[in-house]
Amino acid sequence: MDLEELNAIASREHHKQQKTCIRCCTVGGCLSANGLAVKEQLEKAVTEAGLGKKVTVAGVGCMGLCSRGPLVRVDPQGTLYDRVTPDTASEIVASVNNDAEAIREVEGLSFEETSKACTPRPLKISPSQYQPNNHPFFTQQLKIVLENSGKIDPEKIEEYIAADGYQGLGKVLLEMTPESVIETISRSGLRGRGGAGYPTGLKWATVAKAKSERTLDSRYNGGNPHNALSRKFVICNADEGDPGAFMDRSVLESDPHRVIEGMAIAAYAVGATQGYIYVRGEYPLAINHLQKAIRQAKRLGLLGSQIFESPFDFKIDLRIGAGAFVCGEETALMASIEGKRGIPRPRPPYPAESGLWGCPTLINNVETFANVPTIIRKGADWFDRIGTEKSKGTKVFSLAGKVCNTGLIEVPMGTTLQQIVEDMGGGVPDGGKAKAVQTGGPSGGCIPAAAFDTSVDYESLTELGSIMGSGGAIVMDETTNMVDVARFFMEFCMDESCGKCIPCRAGTVQLYQLLTKIREGNAFLTDLEKLEEICDMVKYTSLCGLGQSAPNPVFSTLRYFRDEYLALISD
Amino acid sequence: MPIAQKISTVHPSGDKRFRMLAATMKRYQYAPDALIEVLHQAQELFGYLEEDLLLYIAHSLKLPPSQVYGVATFYHFFSLKQKGAHTCVVCMGTACYVKGAANLLATLEQQHQIKAGETTSDGQLSLVTARCLGACGIAPAVVFDGNVEGHQTSESVIRRVEECLYHGS
Ligand SMILES: Cc1cc2nc3c(=O)[nH]c(=O)nc-3n(C[C@H](O)[C@H](O)[C@H](O)COP(=O)(O)O)c2cc1C
Ligand code: FES
Repeated sequence: MDLEELNAIASREHHKQQKTCIRCCTVGGCLSANGLAVKEQLEKAVTEAGLGKKVTVAGVGCMGLCSRGPLVRVDPQGTLYDRVTPDTASEIVASVNNDAEAIREVEGLSFEETSKACTPRPLKISPSQYQPNNHPFFTQQLKIVLENSGKIDPEKIEEYIAADGYQGLGKVLLEMTPESVIETISRSGLRGRGGAGYPTGLKWATVAKAKSERTLDSRYNGGNPHNALSRKFVICNADEGDPGAFMDRSVLESDPHRVIEGMAIAAYAVGATQGYIYVRGEYPLAINHLQKAIRQAKRLGLLGSQIFESPFDFKIDLRIGAGAFVCGEETALMASIEGKRGIPRPRPPYPAESGLWGCPTLINNVETFANVPTIIRKGADWFDRIGTEKSKGTKVFSLAGKVCNTGLIEVPMGTTLQQIVEDMGGGVPDGGKAKAVQTGGPSGGCIPAAAFDTSVDYESLTELGSIMGSGGAIVMDETTNMVDVARFFMEFCMDESCGKCIPCRAGTVQLYQLLTKIREGNAFLTDLEKLEEICDMVKYTSLCGLGQSAPNPVFSTLRYFRDEYLALISD
Repeated sequence: MPIAQKISTVHPSGDKRFRMLAATMKRYQYAPDALIEVLHQAQELFGYLEEDLLLYIAHSLKLPPSQVYGVATFYHFFSLKQKGAHTCVVCMGTACYVKGAANLLATLEQQHQIKAGETTSDGQLSLVTARCLGACGIAPAVVFDGNVEGHQTSESVIRRVEECLYHGS
């Protein structure tokens, strides 16, 4: 594979793509809402109407508005239909047929003129009230990571290539040195999207500099003798454990090649030849799409040896998680890849120096890698202009809970919570009032409605006692009791504690019991003091991030909703 | 390695599934780090991980049985007990919880007289909870025999479980 071949694939694909395309979401929430049957019916109706030569039906990834699924979009107009059933699918095809005839008759007119000239037959279905070109849910988004989601068929590498896919990898291998790649990523200001927001360029530079002291048996490299000397690894953390977050799932299901390309670029930059994607076992479709994507990339020579006819070799293997939240923590994750119990170890040494099998290892989140190809293609300066002073680019949030429009959104850093919850999310259903937004999952906190004018970036959220986390944003309304929420997360941490260190193993149990006592109205003021005291102890003495951050939901609810605790306490 | 290969292809019980499991282990070259992948495959083939099966895997991968047992019990995904013929998984992740998943679970527990994590005495239904299925956009989500379904209510879960039990999914 060389650049010419890549461009040839892209232009062949452009030629093949018909003017009119009906795109149907067949992943995530839409799949659960019968999206596949809708797609089949669309195909059948197109064939029956004899439109096979003019109209294509494509199964695509997530369009974002999961609560209204299954979603169907008719391009190039971009008309969105929601809650489509196999019955109404035929109606959509009929409307396309109307348009197609009209367009043919008035060919040569501008788009506005064309739409005016259409006189559609009366139909039983009307387009969704959420149109991509005018509803705030869509118009306030800026898509980098999700730019291909809902547009390309995730199971076809050619479509990714036609959308400028693998151009970044080509550019890096043919025109750039590893140092200049790292310099570009550093200058872009990209920070880790897995939670802590560590500068990505800095992490890459550390791994690139690290020297491996170990040579490994080829058995540990998936048996590839080429890799026998490979002594650095790149890992993609796709163990999205934060309950209520599904950004990574959606990216992997909708645009898996983007993550693979990002990993390959990273591997070139740090000098690794073997990569692993550690993906949750709960995401069968994401696993399936990744397996397909890796196979296709290998077939085209975009993974394997001498990629783009350069000396660079890179191989990716999948590792399937087995349902342990703590495995999202990087050292536990590596233990799990090694086939052991997923138990964290103290850092330092950081994985950048001593990671998988003691070798220098780069570990980044799915969304971090997904940003990389676009940054390489469009340049660091372009990325640096998006977002705020210290938080660059965009962030994908999964908006869920008590809010009208649930789904995935990608907004520039610096967008306010008000915009996210009220404008894009459409507020709480049935005229309710939003009380708080929970971000960061079990390691995060609840941000009260009074602070909704805060802009979303790493620093502001930390100041409010929460964290950016991986991007779950769960809206809670007046009916949600905050003590209950704190207890819910503590139960989660108690169950998920790996048991290695005592503060976390025993502390979370004590905290859970105290919260239960308060919730049931059996507690005294002294219990509240004890609660705060144990929280501090667990926070400062636990071994890994799980324990250190487990008290966060308690701290933040105590900070903003102390009256709800006091109301339950007899004095 | 040759010894391991010989042991794995012939299992005294003659059960064909062992042969398939052996093929998986061979693909991973009996590497000890493939343990979790092998356990995944074993659970898929056998439904759950019996002690005998764990011993067989330990032997083939040349790992101490304690390590295999330790790994199998650490991860929630692996089950050492036989599951019911049908399973119903109620998501208790944050988004589903906020949308009333606890009520759905209580309804099912009462209807079938079992607690979460248990199987009915006739071995027909296992009731399980999960920590987020990544379907938060359509919360509350419940999985009936492998199919994730969203926007569930107490009525719909009762009806869907009955459908699974009496008409096979
Ligand atoms: C308890 C715990 C759970 C975590 N879960 C995840 C996760 O699900 N996904 C993730 O990308 N990072 C998770 N992390 C963060 C990782 O340890 C690590 O910082 C991250 O993968 C680094 O990638 P980044 O620099 O691209 O953000 C978790 C950390 C802790 C302490
Ligand atoms: S919280 Fe239930 S699917 Fe995410």
